[in-house]
Amino acid sequence: MMDLLITAIFHENLALTFFLGVCTFLAVSERLETAFGLGLAIIVVQTITVPVNNLIFSGFLVEGAWAWLGLPDVDLTFLRLIAFIGVIAAMVQILEMVLDRFAPVLYRALGIFLPLITVNCAVLGGSLFMVERQYDFAKSVVFGFGSGVGWALAIITFAAIRERLKYSDMPAGLQGLGSAFLVTGLMSLGFSAFAGVGS
Amino acid sequence: MASNLRHVTSPLIENNPVTLQILGICSALAVTTSLSTALVMSLALTSVLCLASATVSLIRNHIPNVIRLIVQIIIIASLVIVIDELLQAYAFEISRQLSIFVGLIVTNCLVMGRAEAFAMRNPVWPSVLDGLGNGLGYSLVLIIVGSIRELLGAGTLLGYTILTPASDGGWFVPLGLMQLAPSAFFIIGLLVWAIRTHWVGQVETPKFSLIQQRSRG
Repeated sequence: MMDLLITAIFHENLALTFFLGVCTFLAVSERLETAFGLGLAIIVVQTITVPVNNLIFSGFLVEGAWAWLGLPDVDLTFLRLIAFIGVIAAMVQILEMVLDRFAPVLYRALGIFLPLITVNCAVLGGSLFMVERQYDFAKSVVFGFGSGVGWALAIITFAAIRERLKYSDMPAGLQGLGSAFLVTGLMSLGFSAFAGVGS
Repeated sequence: MASNLRHVTSPLIENNPVTLQILGICSALAVTTSLSTALVMSLALTSVLCLASATVSLIRNHIPNVIRLIVQIIIIASLVIVIDELLQAYAFEISRQLSIFVGLIVTNCLVMGRAEAFAMRNPVWPSVLDGLGNGLGYSLVLIIVGSIRELLGAGTLLGYTILTPASDGGWFVPLGLMQLAPSAFFIIGLLVWAIRTHWVGQVETPKFSLIQQRSRG
């Protein structure tokens, strides 16, 4: 379990190794504060959606899940994309309402980022990896949390570096997007140095 | 007709969705370790993009504005499921290499972005051409990155040996880094740099300028 957590955070970082959520990663990392808010939101959503999707997948979609209804041959795995997207959108919506009711401060901090997460590939990617690697429920909780923390760690570090980059003198063509890619590449190189830690 | 053709040609390099608009890189870079996976991914994405644009544009006057995003996601997800099943049936080996990334076309910002920004407001034919153009622009980047990574990482293209590696008596020592994630970021970064050096209009103006620079210019 500890191995899984550490691998999900560092070596198999969703953003830097699998390029998941890179669009958001590049777009919302101009300022450290917003990056922090988004990172936090991702951790929360990822920790909830991956296990819930795990339950839905093993309870409804997998071949033989409808055997108790007398339908042992029904295999709904092809529906997983739509099911997962639906679960993610619903979860984000519920989370938004719960936060609004019970933690208004946190709601205001995360507010605008929550809807963005629905179409973030990192969240859907986490659930699809869970299916492909056949994690059980406990493992999917750990994986969801770990991959969320890894993504948050990456975007917060990246935003901190980008705040410094604004003041650097670089070639005109490299300004902005170009330098962001190169820095991400270097960070990815750094994170892959964690390969083997914990296993 | 000329203006229609413009929808196809302009996203190729000048308005490239990947390098200018940062759309759709999420799932793009992971599949570029070899040229063949990059080609299959390009094909899958371009067809989804064309079909999604056509469908959204066809029913654009009947979609209630409030739920348009949900409708778009459902259309895209259904198309992706079809493509995914087709790949598993006819190209199983490649579909296994692409693993989860075909499924991730659903959340690819490029498809959603074009549906929302273009297909919702334009008739069917221009929307299809716009989808085709953006798909090809995306494919172009994927193919460039894929060829560089496969050629320098393994000395092959599409599985055929181009540069004989040293282990087989040749002179070429494969660069292991090219098969790893960081190289994709580097190559795209350099590509962006090259494009922006040529089309100077795309250069982002720095939000903060140093006093030293100001006095110099």
